[in-house]
Amino acid sequence: MHNKKVRGENKKMKHLTFKGGIHPPYSKELTSHLETEKANAPSLVAIPISQHIGAPCNPIVKVGDRVLVGEKIGEAGGFVSSPIHASVSGTVKAIKDVPSVMSGNVLSIVIESDGKDEVHSSVSPKGKIETLSAKEIVEIVKEAGIVGMGGATFPTHVKLSPPPDKKIDTFILNGAECEPYLTDDHRLMLEEPDDIVYGLRAMMKAVNVDKAFIGIEDNKQDAIEAMIKATQEFDNIEVVTCETKYPQGSEKQLIYACVNKEVPSGKLPMDVGVVVNNVGTAAQVAKTIKTGMPLIERITTISGSAVKTPRNLLLKIGVPIKEVIEQCGGYTDDVGKIIMGGPMMGLAQHTDEVVITKGSSGIVVLNTDEAKAQQESQCIRCGTCVEQCPSFIEPLHISSYSRHNAMDLAEEYRAVDCIECGTCSFGCPAKIPLLQAIRVAKQHIIAKRRK
Amino acid sequence: MFEKLTVSSTPHILSKNTTSKIMTHVVIALLPATLGALYFFRLEAAVIIFLSIATAVLSEWGIQKIRKQPITINDMSAVVTGLLLGLNLSASVPWWIPVIGSAFAVIVVKQIFGGIGQNFMNPALAARIMLTISWTGRMTNWISPGADAVSTATPLSYVKGFNVIPENAPRIFDMFIGNIGGSLGETSALLLIIGGLYLVFKGIISYKVPLAFIGTVAAITLIYGGFDFSFMSYHVFSGGLMIGAIFMATDYSSTPITMKGRIIFALGCGIITSFIRLYGAFPEGVGFSILLMNMSAPLIEKYTRPRVFGGGKQNA
Repeated sequence: MHNKKVRGENKKMKHLTFKGGIHPPYSKELTSHLETEKANAPSLVAIPISQHIGAPCNPIVKVGDRVLVGEKIGEAGGFVSSPIHASVSGTVKAIKDVPSVMSGNVLSIVIESDGKDEVHSSVSPKGKIETLSAKEIVEIVKEAGIVGMGGATFPTHVKLSPPPDKKIDTFILNGAECEPYLTDDHRLMLEEPDDIVYGLRAMMKAVNVDKAFIGIEDNKQDAIEAMIKATQEFDNIEVVTCETKYPQGSEKQLIYACVNKEVPSGKLPMDVGVVVNNVGTAAQVAKTIKTGMPLIERITTISGSAVKTPRNLLLKIGVPIKEVIEQCGGYTDDVGKIIMGGPMMGLAQHTDEVVITKGSSGIVVLNTDEAKAQQESQCIRCGTCVEQCPSFIEPLHISSYSRHNAMDLAEEYRAVDCIECGTCSFGCPAKIPLLQAIRVAKQHIIAKRRK
Repeated sequence: MFEKLTVSSTPHILSKNTTSKIMTHVVIALLPATLGALYFFRLEAAVIIFLSIATAVLSEWGIQKIRKQPITINDMSAVVTGLLLGLNLSASVPWWIPVIGSAFAVIVVKQIFGGIGQNFMNPALAARIMLTISWTGRMTNWISPGADAVSTATPLSYVKGFNVIPENAPRIFDMFIGNIGGSLGETSALLLIIGGLYLVFKGIISYKVPLAFIGTVAAITLIYGGFDFSFMSYHVFSGGLMIGAIFMATDYSSTPITMKGRIIFALGCGIITSFIRLYGAFPEGVGFSILLMNMSAPLIEKYTRPRVFGGGKQNA
């Protein structure tokens, strides 16, 4: 059928996954078959100045200004930062605090749409991969405000600018999508595989590597097929079929699955010569190069038992999620928890007035029964957390030390190596909030080291 | 619409597994052996097992009531302890033996050390050893199965001091199905293995632990017996090896947390069991071996800590 060799088809190959991990209920069937639909044009958007890891950006518009689609409205506040752009055309109504997805409030530029979606003059095709230089590609990515769209929101241009002493030899695209419920990457791989490959090739040129892998979990056979087809003519891009197992899409675990290398403790992927980006990020890079349109919209999966009609929607950055849920038939009568992102690592929200940001891969709404806190009991030392931890640390000990304020011991037991995937808390039969306690220790230790 | 939203730390979904489900699986896994005990030893077995379980649950309830702690009898762990102890007793013991044993197991060995997950010894096993030391005669008065129960020796006492099976010893097939003298639940290797397979299938225990324990005993007795397979089988299917290897050496609380540590634990159990049986003063060594290894568990755990992903300095 395909003359291209696909890694992972031979199940005997061991390193196409990682050690540990879990099989949570995936609940992807709610939306995986639903085509991405363009959401209704919003009447008002609130675009936060901080949607990424790093310094917030600085607003460069004033209340009353007329802005156009794709126009830059916030300038990056440093190298590790990212600009923001208007996602609609209209008038800046306010620059004020709105509830943030992360916690507390965030300064946001509120734009009232004029419904015309008039495009700004700066938005024009940037050229072709062949003619653009590596430096130009990085600059395009930076100016377009592109950040990791899998949810981590690390500015992409920083990843594409490794220090000269780090030799990068491999690019990995993350199409694992191991979070339950989420299907936005899955749909993207089915619907826009050529853009993903185009963006990947542009980023490969930017960091001067000629070997790439696209890692996809084997529960998305149709996406694997689509990506194999799209990479047919590029011998240097391999599609890697990974085992369906959480957290397969975690950066370090995916690197291990694809190239059988462990990122050393406390180091970054580039220390093993790898740059990892999400498939959504690659598609955005392609769109920006082809049309010049910066990152102003993204695909988000809206799912969960408390949403009437789960959907995959193409949404403008800055749309309040309340409005998004309304387009999904609204809530059911029984809403317990609203999660931005997936249920394993996403953030629970206290209000639905938060807005879609660059990292909004999903909105998952659970009912009160699913959201109910579970009664914790004593650890029975079953060893499940140790067996399943993908970082090979011992969650039961670290969480216990943390809760007894024995942070030195938590540090000795390597709390800082925790990737916060939540595998331990998920599997614990005693329902101990292991990750929560480990996170406290981790923050304490990192704060202490900074001093 | 909603009035209140739950905001909590990740993850937002949890597995369906619970402590009481795990303990219930262990009870289910012990059912074949329990039914076997009722079949082989009739009413005596029923009374002993009932008293043992009832005392264990009541002791847990009582001590937690006295100490004003939350009552945790619903987690089923007291039932497991009571049932395991009952199956470890001879059909001939008087009624107060299971009562004292269970109360000791739950109050002294389990609750005083902090309750479930905190006991450093297997409670049922510690109780059996305590009873054996205190009332040696009553605890080792084994009777033969059946309605006309008569005092008999356990299979292991026949081979004590030999490296071949004496002519008058029970047949290996009888030992396999449990038609021999011994404690209520330890006699039938077959029924215990069925329970063990259930636990492995349900993911409650790893097959590696019982296999390492039994395998070590098999290897050592095979060498000792001059590669006589029937001598080896005799040792493997007799005494408390099956119940110990499947249900006690796999106890979570009193064994190391890592799989590597648990296998080392099982190897240690196998070695000590074999040496007590072959060279020691007692015919049987499973109980002592597990308790001795229970005490080494924290040390084994310390030296088998996993290598953290990405390496880096260990034990910082």
